Amino acid sequence: MEQALRFPARSGDDNRVRGASVSLTNLVKSYGGVTAVAGVSLDIRSGEFLTLLGPSGCGKTTTLMMIAGFESPSIGDIAIDGASVTAMPPYRRNIGMVFQNYALFPHLTAAENIGFSLKQRGVPKAERARLVSEALELVQLSTYGERYPRQLSGGQQQRVAVARAIVFKPRLLLMDEPLGALDKKLREDLQIEMRRLHAELGITFILVTHDQDEALIMSDRIAVMNEGKIAQIGRPVDLYDRPCNRFVAGFIGQSNFLPAVVCGLEGDVVVTKCQGVLVRAVTSQRPAIGAEVSVTIRPERLRFADSTTERASSANCLNVTVTEAVFAGERWRYVLSSDSGGSMVLNEASGAMIRRRAVGESAEITWSVADTILV
Amino acid sequence: MSVPIMTPPSAPGYKRNVVIDWNNARTRAIPWLLASPLLVYMAVVYAMPVVAMLLRSLNDPSWSLDHYAALAGDAVFLKVFWITLGTSLAVTFGCVVLAYPVALALSRARSTAPLILMVILLPFWTSVLVRSYAWMVLLGRHGVINEALLALGLIDQPLKLLNTTMATQIAMIHILLPYMILPIANALRQIDPSLPRAAWGLGATPWGTFRQVIFPLSMPGVAAGMLLVFVLALGFYITPAMVGSSSDITLSMLIAQEVEQLNWGYAGTLSAVLLALALAMIGIGQLVPGVSNALRTTKS
Repeated sequence: MEQALRFPARSGDDNRVRGASVSLTNLVKSYGGVTAVAGVSLDIRSGEFLTLLGPSGCGKTTTLMMIAGFESPSIGDIAIDGASVTAMPPYRRNIGMVFQNYALFPHLTAAENIGFSLKQRGVPKAERARLVSEALELVQLSTYGERYPRQLSGGQQQRVAVARAIVFKPRLLLMDEPLGALDKKLREDLQIEMRRLHAELGITFILVTHDQDEALIMSDRIAVMNEGKIAQIGRPVDLYDRPCNRFVAGFIGQSNFLPAVVCGLEGDVVVTKCQGVLVRAVTSQRPAIGAEVSVTIRPERLRFADSTTERASSANCLNVTVTEAVFAGERWRYVLSSDSGGSMVLNEASGAMIRRRAVGESAEITWSVADTILV
Repeated sequence: MSVPIMTPPSAPGYKRNVVIDWNNARTRAIPWLLASPLLVYMAVVYAMPVVAMLLRSLNDPSWSLDHYAALAGDAVFLKVFWITLGTSLAVTFGCVVLAYPVALALSRARSTAPLILMVILLPFWTSVLVRSYAWMVLLGRHGVINEALLALGLIDQPLKLLNTTMATQIAMIHILLPYMILPIANALRQIDPSLPRAAWGLGATPWGTFRQVIFPLSMPGVAAGMLLVFVLALGFYITPAMVGSSSDITLSMLIAQEVEQLNWGYAGTLSAVLLALALAMIGIGQLVPGVSNALRTTKS
């Protein structure tokens, strides 16, 4: 498996190729009067797994198509390893691509599909056959080479598409919703497999998805896009724990949003008046005193306080009433309303050790200041 | 004493008239009943005359296979047979060469597609007779083309354009072109646009993409168009009779000639040959994968 993708034209014995670095500078794409991408600047590091995440119509696929060369930017520049490729046709960019519907050639067998790029590059037939069978082995489809795409299941087609995209050893692999058409279980297996491939190949991966779980699981960094722009870019844990605006907080994971008014600053911590009590929050901004803001807390970071819970000074507290209790398998989902009328959701793990709350019950909830984000 | 049994909700009679049961002999008869007026009409005015005509080849003047046996040694028939086949083949290939680029343009066009389609279909809706006359006007000794060439001083004497084999082929290609363009354009339109993109991304040049991806995937449309054009060309009568060479006699012209001379038996035999040829082509066409599907969706 280690030498599975060794390419004869490349010198040296190291199978791992250095991934390409990609830099997008103020990329704009408009069709007629509609702006699909409105100024995207992004530096993707060599060997990185970067995900463009966003709702449909946010410009993520258009951005990917511009990197691949299928769309040309209206304004801006695309550089791979520092050299501009904006004017280069797609067939000279040497980029691997996995399409949403796999785009396997229906008139060619799996092996012929995979060997297509090698044929274009004039790789001799015997060498081509060897590389194709190695690529098939890499995606665990060794015995399926002679089958046509219509004779393969969705998951197998997806693997063939991946093998086809990496057999010519590109230094950059683009994937447009590559797992979108598969069922949940298979998707989860393939997410792990794509990560393994990324580690094994060492090349740069750019993934486009609208599935936040997929983005969180697979990526080194995520660029969340909205309305043609990058809303926030960062490591999955940073995006989840420190969303910098309401869109990101709402799009990745679930969030409670509570209106608040800034009433003071204590170093990095902002003190706000929220639901009639003082709530401390962290933020990267410096809000003015009296500013109307929004406090964000993840439902699973809220906890019911009981007599044994020590009241740390680093925690916020609020009195609430349970208005709804929903069992969702591994957790209970409680809808709570505060004494001043605000509504929020609290997720608590389910299990025999944890006391269930009844609807109408009064409770005190507590959560860490570090988990309270001002957006 | 038995306990009364309640009817379960799934019992027959509970859900009635929800789904039509197509396995029921009565419901299966419905489509046939709906089609019956047309079927009767076709049987009387089409199937019966055709059968009568074909029977003449067997029973005129008395029951025998003599007419068919005579064909093999019939020099006139053999010449006409090969001319018909040759003309149809030439027209079919001419149509492919001219239709493919148009079909490609049509399948790529977005806003101009209705206009291109209009230009293709406008002559399609005009009578074959009118179009054949138009070719006579264009190709005649004092026709538009000769007059123009003479006026430009490119020729001294009018060229013989009309009543040549070439004139037949040009006019037939013109008339049959839409039958080639539409199935090819349809096949091209059905190619997933991400396939050419995938080919480019994998390093294929635009020409390589066309040769290795687009052209092979359009083959069912090309085969369907060839089948349609070839079968239609086999039976052409008016156009070759009007603009063709007097020595280029096609099967349908020979049939008409024999009918005029009241040689019903011989005419029926020739008709049977023509029909068998057309059916054989359709049979071969069915063997090519994707052709029947391409034919079915031609009008979409």
